[in-house]
Amino acid sequence: MSRRFTPKVITANLLLDGDAVWLTADDRWSKSMLDAELIEDEAHADIRILFANGQANIVVGPYLADAKAGPNGPEPTHFREEFRTRGPSNYAHGKQVELN
Amino acid sequence: MYKYNDFDEAFVRSRVAQFRDQVERRIEGQLTEDEFRPLRLMNGLYLQLHAYMLRVAIPYGTLNSRQMRQLAMIAEKWDKGYGHFTTRQNIQFNWPKLQDVPDILEALADVEMHALQTSGNTIRNVTADHFAGAAADEIADPRPVAELLRQWSTDHPEFQFLPRKFKIAVSGGEQDRAVTKAHDIGIRIVRNAAGEIGYQIIVGGGLGRTPMIGKVIRDFLPKEDLLPYVEAVVSVWNLLGRRDNKYKARIKITVFENGLDEFAQLTDERFEQIRAGFTGVDQEILAEIEQFFREPEYLTKSIGAFDARYATDPAFRSWVDTNLSEHKADDYAIVTISVKKHGATPGDATADQMRAMADLAEAYGHDELRISHEQNVVLPHVHKADLPAIYDALKVADLATANVGLISDIIACPGMDYCALATARSIPIAQEIAQRFDDLKLEHDIGPLKIKISGCINACGHHHVGHIGILGLDRAGVENYQITLGGDGTQDAAIGDKTGPGFAAEEITNAIERIVMAYLALRQSPAETFLDAYKRLGLEPFKAALYEEAAAHAAE
Repeated sequence: MSRRFTPKVITANLLLDGDAVWLTADDRWSKSMLDAELIEDEAHADIRILFANGQANIVVGPYLADAKAGPNGPEPTHFREEFRTRGPSNYAHGKQVELN
Repeated sequence: MYKYNDFDEAFVRSRVAQFRDQVERRIEGQLTEDEFRPLRLMNGLYLQLHAYMLRVAIPYGTLNSRQMRQLAMIAEKWDKGYGHFTTRQNIQFNWPKLQDVPDILEALADVEMHALQTSGNTIRNVTADHFAGAAADEIADPRPVAELLRQWSTDHPEFQFLPRKFKIAVSGGEQDRAVTKAHDIGIRIVRNAAGEIGYQIIVGGGLGRTPMIGKVIRDFLPKEDLLPYVEAVVSVWNLLGRRDNKYKARIKITVFENGLDEFAQLTDERFEQIRAGFTGVDQEILAEIEQFFREPEYLTKSIGAFDARYATDPAFRSWVDTNLSEHKADDYAIVTISVKKHGATPGDATADQMRAMADLAEAYGHDELRISHEQNVVLPHVHKADLPAIYDALKVADLATANVGLISDIIACPGMDYCALATARSIPIAQEIAQRFDDLKLEHDIGPLKIKISGCINACGHHHVGHIGILGLDRAGVENYQITLGGDGTQDAAIGDKTGPGFAAEEITNAIERIVMAYLALRQSPAETFLDAYKRLGLEPFKAALYEEAAAHAAE
């Protein structure tokens, strides 16, 4: 029996500046994970990753990452994905300053 | 130092033009990412967690002031105003944009630099002793050989699709400062009984998932046999290497699985086949290269002002005692500039700091700078008379930390703050440990102690050969840090012993402090270093301090 599907988001890096982005329900790539489409159905995930793979001139390396619903939108469940939502911890660089 | 000839210049420019075209085609959609990825990696361009990263080679760690200023310019114009010096004598820019990279490569070519073969399954940047040409214990300068190897390996048609990456290091002194025993090939310049200079060849060393200390495959290789012999080694591995499993593809596994004797015999057979093809032209080129690495014209001047400052200024004295090494010339010293201020990111220098170091090299250092694998910057040739002025300038640039070789002079890979391969962060751990021991004001009392931190099993932070090694792992979705003790990256190379279960990020600094306090309590005298004490006592007393004290605290 296959494992139960857990909620996911689709994430990738932008081709031009390499920044982390997330796929929204209306087919945009947002720099904020809170805008991402939270995918709770495996068949829908298959369709969405196919779409993401077709966006090769905008993003690089799309993949499904575990996520959970939060009060303002999807949130990461693993520390690696959490770091991708904010940037490095040694300098105020990346999203932690650019998104505000 | 080496000066590009017309061929080098044309070659590097042609590669920049090729990559410019490849980037344009990728952006226009004519190349897929699968097609583009190997092309960008050949040019040192990675895609990391938050951005692209460009890894620029600093061959054998040698730079002049003009090159250092150009790195500062690149950091300011196309990055966020800083660069990261790595454990392989490279500099990494963490925030370039894809469309800017061809211009960055062009700017590098303007100062005879490149990012070629800093990634991919090729022969990587050839590293060397960062005290090359200056160290008192040196038999010969390793850089001409390293430059010869750079030219030979760059775009070598047989070695562009190797089973895996391949790293060569060259060391010229009795002290091995280039970690030759942890390289795919380590070359040590030696003298035989007749007094002739030749090479000891070490093969099959490496860290990573399966750490191994390199084995001596040739005790003394005559000078003229170097290139054909190294080519024979790489050639034998190229055919035997395990392309079926990337974790078993490095030469250390090939040598281990086939045995050193078998590997040596195959190498000898191959060597005999190809030796005749080397008609001696390589030795002519080497002789030309050697002309570029002549010793500087040393100055003679009074060191009275130095002596006076040394006698009266304790901060200056501490810096001199800690950051200087013995130079081969009278009244000269080797200055290691610590790029490890307590609490800062190991190996990161701002554009202003790069310019300050370039200015010092130009004014006082015969225009030479070195990058060490320990992520510091070296002024290899400094007259002692100039040390007070250098120290004062370093203080202004926030580069005068007196901690070289001490517990806060930590090697750390970028870890999960930047690297897509990492399993945990390294930088904040290094920052916290350095800060802790600075707060305790203990590091000069502790003495020589090398902490090395890697954020994944690939071991870019050399944790296996740290006196105290720290490996960051992902344990069930939490950062966890495993400790090894007793590693050594010198001529007495050793892989550290695992202590046992790892520690959470918020516990690791306390754990390191317990180990160090145990050492201070156990050492016979301040002259017994941590490593010596560990060799005498073994793992057990340190393990007891590490885990039993932790258990006692937990029970309180």
